[in-house]
Amino acid sequence: MSRTHVRTHVTCEVNGDAVDFLTEDGESLLNALRDELGLTGAKEGCGTGDCGACSIIMDGRLQCSCLIFAPEANGTQITTCEGLATAGELHPLQQCFLEGAALQCGVCTPGFLVAAKVLLDENPDPTETEVRYALAGNLCRCTGYDKIVRSVLDAGVQIRTSAA
Amino acid sequence: MRYAAPTTTDEVRALLGSNPDAIVFAGATDVVPQMRGGRPEPSLAIDLKKIDRLMSVSLDGDTWHIGAAAPTSLLTHNADFTADFPGISEAAGLIGSDQIQNRCSLGGNLCNASPAADSVPVLVVNDAVAVIAGADGDRRVPVADVVTGPGQTSLAHDEIVVCFEIARPAARTSDAYLRLIPRTEMDIAVVGAGVRLTLGDDGTVSAASVALGAVAPTVVRVPDAEAALVGSRLDDDALAAAAAAASEACNPIDDKRGTITYRRQVAGVLTRRATNIAGERVTNAQGVSQ
Repeated sequence: MSRTHVRTHVTCEVNGDAVDFLTEDGESLLNALRDELGLTGAKEGCGTGDCGACSIIMDGRLQCSCLIFAPEANGTQITTCEGLATAGELHPLQQCFLEGAALQCGVCTPGFLVAAKVLLDENPDPTETEVRYALAGNLCRCTGYDKIVRSVLDAGVQIRTSAA
Repeated sequence: MRYAAPTTTDEVRALLGSNPDAIVFAGATDVVPQMRGGRPEPSLAIDLKKIDRLMSVSLDGDTWHIGAAAPTSLLTHNADFTADFPGISEAAGLIGSDQIQNRCSLGGNLCNASPAADSVPVLVVNDAVAVIAGADGDRRVPVADVVTGPGQTSLAHDEIVVCFEIARPAARTSDAYLRLIPRTEMDIAVVGAGVRLTLGDDGTVSAASVALGAVAPTVVRVPDAEAALVGSRLDDDALAAAAAAASEACNPIDDKRGTITYRRQVAGVLTRRATNIAGERVTNAQGVSQ
């Protein structure tokens, strides 16, 4: 039996679109998203689940795509940061990150956006402490945390205002 | 590497039997970093998350059944489970980030066999039982007997932990888990302490369980601390004796996270504090504030 180049056909839904791709079984979902589907938002920071730059939502749960073997995605629903904007309109989080200068080098930003979306979907009115705990799995090597946290809080205000 | 996602434990056991270097995984939160760190890639990685029995969390009569591969966020988000076992829930909520807790499992935390595994001390004090699927059907083993050393378990190659059975706590009983890490989140325990207490109506401790993590090759139960607490009303003398017994029971290593002296000291401090928390949980109206 061959130990290499075992390729599996994966069918799943990414950002609302039905997609399929071929992947080697040992490949990470992160690499499959980037290399097979061209979705380069999710980044590899550490490759070991520590930094959160590869965060995605799979079947409703925030996860590190670097820890997921690509074949695990078969039959799942996935949201990446590319799925946050709708009909050409930025998600409030994206708009607030832009206006609040909540990014420096930007590598961590897609992961922060996805993790923050999960938080605000569950709780659009978090405290600063809740934001900081919810984002504890996302590291910013430029250490721009304060602006990130403020922008998430601002996005919560926007979401609550538009829902009111 | 091939990937397989069987839907029954029999299929898992057959795959393990015919693939001597195969591994099983749930969240792969330890497996992937280990492979990245140079662990040889197995010929076959078996995903356990498609097996219903390994993924469910349910209360059946007076016994909780926790699927071995269920993400620990299912426990931290389960109000009924957290009311029964606030200590297990808080230990599960200390493992990595939200991203990790949506992948990692009690079965993986146990079978990875790290001395610092956060969920194990508090499973031990709650007398949790691991249900293991093997050649002769299921066998039941106390969680304390699964890990035999760092990275080593008592499981045969073709055995897997299916679920954990944890009896609901007796009346006036609660638990707590504390750990020390160098930062607030996202690190590995320097010391972890799990405690379960049962109090009589007058506040006297009628039963106590104490277990420590990260201070020895496997989780350490501390009978001398338990004996010091039973019969007391959690007064200073009893707490000091329990703390001293915990420090004495340690057999720690020196490493970058802490020295032997420091770990011994902290084991006593955390034992005292976790004991107080478990006691407060009992006295604060069956104790459960999360």
